[in-house]
Amino acid sequence: MADTPNSVQQRERRDDDASASTPAPTPATVQTPGAPTLGSRSDDAPGQSAGDLAGRRSRLTRNTLPRWTWLAVLAGSAVVAAAVSALPGFSVPLWLVLTAVLHVIVSYVVTRLRVGRRKATDGLWTNLVHLAFLTALLPLVSVIWSVVSVGLPGLIEPGFFASDMRGIDGTIDQASQEQGAAVLGGIRHAIIGSLLITIAATVISVPIGLLTSIYLVEYSRGGPLARAITFFVDVMTGIPSIVAGLFAGAAMAWFLSTVNTLTGAFGGIRSTMGITAAIALSVLMIPVVVRTTEEMLRVVPNELREASYALGVRKWRTILKVVIPTAISGIASGVTLAIARVIGETAPILVTAGFVVNVNWNLFSGWMTALPVYIYRQFQNPTSPNFSDPSHQRAWAAALVLIIIVMLLNLIARLVAKVFAPKQTGR
Amino acid sequence: MSKSIEAKDLNVYYGDFLAVEGVSIEIASRSVTAFIGPSGCGKTTFLRSLNRMHEVLPGATVSGKLLLDGDDIYGPGVDPVTVRTMVGMVFQRPNPFPTMSIRDNVLAGYRLNGTRLSRAEADDVVERSLRGANLFNEVKDRLDKPGSGLSGGQQQRLCIARTIAVKPDVILMDEPCSALDPISTLAVEDLIAELKEEYTVVIVTHNMQQAARVSERTAFFNIAGTGKPGKLIEYDDTSTIFNNPKEKSTEDYVSGRFG
Repeated sequence: MADTPNSVQQRERRDDDASASTPAPTPATVQTPGAPTLGSRSDDAPGQSAGDLAGRRSRLTRNTLPRWTWLAVLAGSAVVAAAVSALPGFSVPLWLVLTAVLHVIVSYVVTRLRVGRRKATDGLWTNLVHLAFLTALLPLVSVIWSVVSVGLPGLIEPGFFASDMRGIDGTIDQASQEQGAAVLGGIRHAIIGSLLITIAATVISVPIGLLTSIYLVEYSRGGPLARAITFFVDVMTGIPSIVAGLFAGAAMAWFLSTVNTLTGAFGGIRSTMGITAAIALSVLMIPVVVRTTEEMLRVVPNELREASYALGVRKWRTILKVVIPTAISGIASGVTLAIARVIGETAPILVTAGFVVNVNWNLFSGWMTALPVYIYRQFQNPTSPNFSDPSHQRAWAAALVLIIIVMLLNLIARLVAKVFAPKQTGR
Repeated sequence: MSKSIEAKDLNVYYGDFLAVEGVSIEIASRSVTAFIGPSGCGKTTFLRSLNRMHEVLPGATVSGKLLLDGDDIYGPGVDPVTVRTMVGMVFQRPNPFPTMSIRDNVLAGYRLNGTRLSRAEADDVVERSLRGANLFNEVKDRLDKPGSGLSGGQQQRLCIARTIAVKPDVILMDEPCSALDPISTLAVEDLIAELKEEYTVVIVTHNMQQAARVSERTAFFNIAGTGKPGKLIEYDDTSTIFNNPKEKSTEDYVSGRFG
């Protein structure tokens, strides 16, 4: 450990000789009170040599610590934390927490003594912000890690994407678990169901949401109707998804029975079907689309609208050809994020579209399975109650697929935003 | 091709607030008229009422008569969009459409209105307008590049090209040079001198030298105090306004004693 600081010291000396010919006399005295404290710390050897260095620095750089200080402090904290956490019996979480706490404290003290209060406070908050960031990252990384590690075996099972759950019963799963036979059954029906329901929900909610926000931004001029719409959109944002599901189910049942009593047109169609789930999802999606689109339309500069009007262009053409194209990247990414939000909904789809084991391509007839519902069912009601491992494997793999789909949607949103973004440069 | 403007006792309101009061003015066709005056005196507001851009703002209204070659543009049944196709406007800050190329920006008046142009016609319009705005030689090799990639002065001339592409009768300019450097300003001023051969040009400016350089007639607007309406104080030949004004406040303003 002694070699590294020396070599760094050598290098810094050479730098200093090149830049400042006369060494500044005062800094050494300023620095000395800190030096003994630091020197006595076993885990902070690099700090010892800094006192000698300081005298040779230029006036401008005298109150700075070498760049590698934070690394040295971190390494020292890690060593001390490892030693301390070994006392009750070493565990990684305890070690990490101790390291973080020690690092924050030690770097504050070091900076306070060697540099000054302002720098120390700055460093303290920088460290705390970084810690908060790492803490926020923790659940995300651990979710991805656990889903990938547990879900991957099921995902690479042959036929997982190509088959549905038809004919998969308890005996097959029992054979898989007891004799190690391949886990059969797949998510083809769930993927098809999820995609159909989500696409239908998008087709319903994007025009409604887009036109609503166009009304709010371009036509309403802040009247009572606009305020009422904004208020109810905000209320809709907070509706629990299960309520949206119950609403859509009840509304569809009422609609079908009313039309049937009046005309008899729908005969025996039951309200549990894909389109009912799509309506439930669009109840959740419309407020998100309205909100994001409204924001995007509002940031389109008024100058562009006026430029268009001044050319003798009508208002609806201005909106269609100037305002929307300028905002399209934000609108598209907002819509994609709204899709990503509803594709993971379980409850509203479970109560409106039900659950089946085979592929159903028809949104307007029969029950339909979506991916989240599939995951829920595989966990809650395994195909074979006594041999649940294959069901759990399928559920984890389906969860992985769902995460991948959501990630892809987010990537698409970014890509769309980039492709459609107004070209700002081009010189 | 070019039309005269005549305002008769025109009042311009923002909601209940009277912003400009009782303006009567006659602007000859094929001339350059400058509006000068201190900030907030209603020059821009009055200018925007000349092509009914004023009423785009919520609550903004106009009373009185405004005749374009004898036709009242505020008469009943007049479509503001028709007025705007006849009276074009260039804004204070260059505002090319960011989603469009230079070529499409020039053709915006046609493209946005859904007018179909053949390739040859479109090329012709682009070249004629860009030449008219003294911009063709600078951009002819990059017509397909975004308009927002040009410099500020080029963008402003692109906006002028866009305006003359639709062949209006009158061109309104709202401080077109206030965001530009002296060289770009010179280019735009030269352009104004050429434009008056074909168009009626009305320009709002804070720069009195500019008004003296480019205009034949000058209108001086002033405001009695905050919250009071702006008024047309004096309207005369530019040389008279700057050398021998009748009103005391005009003389104070053009000689730099206030404002």
